[in-house]
Amino acid sequence: MTSILDLKGLNVRYGAVEAVRGIDLNIQQGEIVALLGANGAGKSSTMNAVVGLEPVASGQIMFEGRDITNQPAEVSAQSGLTLSPEGRRVFGTLSVEDNLTMGAYTRTDAAAILAAKERVFDLFPILQERRTQYAGTLSGGQQQMLAIGRALMCEPKLLLLDEPSLGLAPMIVEQVFELIAKLRDQGVTIFLVEQNVAGALNIADRAYLMSSGKIVGAGTAAEMRTSGALTETFMGAQ
Amino acid sequence: MDLILQQTVNAFALGGTYALLALGLAVVFSIMGLINFAHGELMTIAGYVLMYCGLAGFPFALSVCFAVMAAMTAAVVMERVAFRTVRNASGATMLVTSFAVAMVLQVLFQNLISARSQPVIIPDFLGSSIRIGDVVIGTNKIVAIAATLAMLVALELFMKKQKHGIAMRAAAEDFAIARLMGIRGNTVIAGAFALSGLLAGVAAVLWVSQRSSVDPLMGFTPVLKAFIAAILGGLGSLRGAVLGGFVLGFIEVYLAAFLPASMQEFREPIGLTIVVLLLIARPNGLIPSATLQAQKV
Ligand SMILES: Nc1ncnc2c1ncn2[C@@H]1O[C@H](COP(=O)(O)OP(=O)(O)O)[C@@H](O)[C@H]1O
Ligand SMILES: [Mg+2]
Repeated sequence: MTSILDLKGLNVRYGAVEAVRGIDLNIQQGEIVALLGANGAGKSSTMNAVVGLEPVASGQIMFEGRDITNQPAEVSAQSGLTLSPEGRRVFGTLSVEDNLTMGAYTRTDAAAILAAKERVFDLFPILQERRTQYAGTLSGGQQQMLAIGRALMCEPKLLLLDEPSLGLAPMIVEQVFELIAKLRDQGVTIFLVEQNVAGALNIADRAYLMSSGKIVGAGTAAEMRTSGALTETFMGAQ
Repeated sequence: MDLILQQTVNAFALGGTYALLALGLAVVFSIMGLINFAHGELMTIAGYVLMYCGLAGFPFALSVCFAVMAAMTAAVVMERVAFRTVRNASGATMLVTSFAVAMVLQVLFQNLISARSQPVIIPDFLGSSIRIGDVVIGTNKIVAIAATLAMLVALELFMKKQKHGIAMRAAAEDFAIARLMGIRGNTVIAGAFALSGLLAGVAAVLWVSQRSSVDPLMGFTPVLKAFIAAILGGLGSLRGAVLGGFVLGFIEVYLAAFLPASMQEFREPIGLTIVVLLLIARPNGLIPSATLQAQKV
């Protein structure tokens, strides 16, 4: 196995607030790696820094062996790295299809874009039905599918998913987790942030546990399920 | 009846020009939260280019092309030189910057060209009129309305069908996520300015062809009106800007035509009162922006 993402001593700051305090994290090709932790632990900050939405205060981000520290967000998609952000953030005033078109913004091969669209529509038939509708009129679950579909449009090698189950009905949550596992089987490496610990550990190969900006535990999904650190961290939060 | 028809044509012509200007303001505002008061100076630049091209004896169509291209270029240069440095600053900082740019340009026009109004050569056909039944309509009004409609349709197609237009709408809604898609912030902002310059340039040609003159402050009044139109329509909303422009055009032309002579001196305050009443009824504008609350750059 080869390493696809390596964080070395990553620091992210908002003014005086140290959101991420020197974390080390590694993801191998083909894995699903979950990043768990309570609200405010610094999970989103970590993901946003990886894709270039937040500046890195110090430390290093290596993607496929290349240093991409502070690479602007504009460049990430083209290099095969993208994020489905927390809160979905689909373009509500654009149609479903235009959202997907934007996901493939950096691609120029019309046939490949069409094929990517077909693939997303295969995964989420409901999006095909609603392709001309404004994304803002979709339900929460459909918007989540669109956010993931939009991220898939650039054919990422590494897909970051920030709380994809947030605010979804339990049945939809299950579908989303199934989908994530399916994507991994299709060869997409997945870096997953979740508050739904059980769901995430079900599909993840490995997990990291984050608290107050630091990694406080790591291991295989099985190890993490029985880890005391996990229960400790979530005691107050859940 | 004829008078109403006549004035309705005038209202569409004037309102169309306001609509183009308001649209230019709205395109830039929706993307970077900047109200560009120097938009008027883009008009003035286009006006002077039209004047110089006329003096050089260029065919009018070519002069129009140069004038519009000059406004587009000036808009892009303006963004690069003045607004990029304050892009992440507060709305107030950007607003003051745009005032400064406007004033610097006005002083340059006054000192390098002339403080006085200069004549612009306008082809005869724009000074003529056609008769439909009992109604006499100026050719320039018809051209203004046709040009406005053509611009609006072209812009609609661009924003709805073109990848770059869709990207512009995406960036207006959520700039950070647009960047995540690979849409380059600098490119989309430069594109928005180019578009606003295009609209200002066309508006300037229409404005000048009704007046046959250009002066350093030419752009001030129409852009102030366009600003009112953009607010009336719903700041940041493109459709709102168009509607606001037409509504303002109608208010002005109808008041000028139908208000009794004794009240004509109160025309402007009455017009603004109507705008204020409309805004009291619809505080977010006639067609509020769907994404005004979305985060800016
Ligand atoms: N844009 C921001 N400005 C200031 N502080 C922020 C910002 N985003 C997050 N934070 C702070 O950084 C810390 C980590 O936040 P976040 O990365 O969102 O955590 P998580 O995703 O694990 O809930 C929190 O204390 C949060 O308040
Ligand atoms: Mg978060």
